[in-house]
Amino acid sequence: MQRSTMLWTLVMVVAAAFLIGRTLQGEGGRGSAYVRVVPRAVDEDHPEGRWQGVERVDPAEYWRAQAADPAQTAVRWSPANTVGIWLAALFTLAVLSFLAGDNPVYKVAESILVGVSAAYWMVVGFWEVLVPNLLGKLMPGVIQAWALPGLEAEPDLSYLVPLTLGVLLLWRLAPRGAWIGRWPMAFIIGVFCGLRLVTYIHADFLSQIRNSIVPLVVMNERGFAFWDSVRNVLTVFGMLACLVYFFFSIEHRGAVGKCARAGIWVLMITFGAAFGYTVMGRIALLAIRLEFLFDDWLWLIDPNNRRVVDGATALLQSAGIL
Amino acid sequence: MKRTIPFLIASVAGFVLIIAYFVPFAEGWGESVSIWFDVLAAIAFILGGGNLLKNHLQKVSARKPGWAYSAITVAAFALTLFAGLAKLGATPNPQYPASSAWSGAYRETGTVFWWIYEYAFVPLTATIFALLAFYVASAAFRAFRARNTEAALLLGTAFIILLGRTFAGVYLTSWLPDSLYGLRIENLSVDIMRVFVTAGNRAIMIGIALGTAAVSLKILLGVDRSYLGSGDE
Repeated sequence: MQRSTMLWTLVMVVAAAFLIGRTLQGEGGRGSAYVRVVPRAVDEDHPEGRWQGVERVDPAEYWRAQAADPAQTAVRWSPANTVGIWLAALFTLAVLSFLAGDNPVYKVAESILVGVSAAYWMVVGFWEVLVPNLLGKLMPGVIQAWALPGLEAEPDLSYLVPLTLGVLLLWRLAPRGAWIGRWPMAFIIGVFCGLRLVTYIHADFLSQIRNSIVPLVVMNERGFAFWDSVRNVLTVFGMLACLVYFFFSIEHRGAVGKCARAGIWVLMITFGAAFGYTVMGRIALLAIRLEFLFDDWLWLIDPNNRRVVDGATALLQSAGIL
Repeated sequence: MKRTIPFLIASVAGFVLIIAYFVPFAEGWGESVSIWFDVLAAIAFILGGGNLLKNHLQKVSARKPGWAYSAITVAAFALTLFAGLAKLGATPNPQYPASSAWSGAYRETGTVFWWIYEYAFVPLTATIFALLAFYVASAAFRAFRARNTEAALLLGTAFIILLGRTFAGVYLTSWLPDSLYGLRIENLSVDIMRVFVTAGNRAIMIGIALGTAAVSLKILLGVDRSYLGSGDE
């Protein structure tokens, strides 16, 4: 057995022993999720609601409800959400295992993610776009009766165009005649070019130039504002230096070369800031995942006081009644 | 036929939208075509899903190396798709209580699709992105070893920006007198963002806009036809 394999096996065994130990410790409940029953579509005939939904609540709320009335069922343990928390924790650990190198556990998690995300975006596209914007336009009566009761529209046959192009697009999956899929693709590219050409020129090109036309000598009510002037000068000349660096029609030599070099420095500072923000974002995500593992799953920490209960409830808990 | 018609479709669609922008009665065309564009993009998701299914099923049936992972992908795909399209566990729309469960929200809390999103999709994607925290740190280390002005500027800025957003950073330079107020790290990071990052981003955005306009015109005028492929397919 390789040294790394032995090490990881040892880590896994220790982690499993820790988990079993925590579960058998007597306090119980770790990784458990609780829900509150929420009445839906309440009216005079149905004061309790026509049907009931659920929403996640903190464990403390469940314990308080149990302390007040042990027979209550309005706040209860949720098997589906509990299994979900455990699954999410295992997925998190499976992905983090990649830090030790590529391994089958990570590959399983990755395969699940590929399948789930492809289907997720298909479902979102179907319910958010195809149903209201295509089927709802072509046969509003049917769609209203089926899935969108609030839909009020007349049939719009111009939507036969995207439907036809869509069918042609799916033709790419057919074994023969895949070239016909170029027609809708050409439409997508043409539309994208037409829309973006105008919007980029209007929103980015012109507005950025407009925002850069600022006074280089700033005067305020107290007279000459030195630092504001320095900021404006640096901003305008920094931008111009970057643009000189982007301009490849002349050789970057002499004064142009020096200006382009200054442009590179400004760009490096820009990328450095973006890099800093990226690092911060990723570390924040990692902290959220670790918080999930230690708070939601293992109940080792409680930063939001989600499991803090009053003395009486705690007493019942410690006596094993709750 | 295989290349001329697609070029004409792209060119006509693009120029009509550009002209419509300047013609008052045709201003709404852009909006309508944007919806068509969204519809085609949603159908492209179906194409992507179909392609994924086709490739992975071929891998499973041919028992290629790693076929078991493909089987897992197909199973996860099928389960999520069925749960979402069938709105498993959904309740009717509360505004229209007499309607069927099909009128309910497919992402409503308690549905199977919501459960998959909450407990599989979110933790998996968030953790994969979180992994990058480790890899960007090693990338920073490698960049630092380059020991040139550009690398020093990049990492120095990143360092100031990171410290400027933390209590430790604020504490480190809190001893500076009021006359050097601007050199305190939190003010330094604000000034970097206001001056240099604004300048760099403006230049990048102007460059992107010019590049997009140039490429769009090349495509619409038929100078660039690479999007049509080789012509043999």
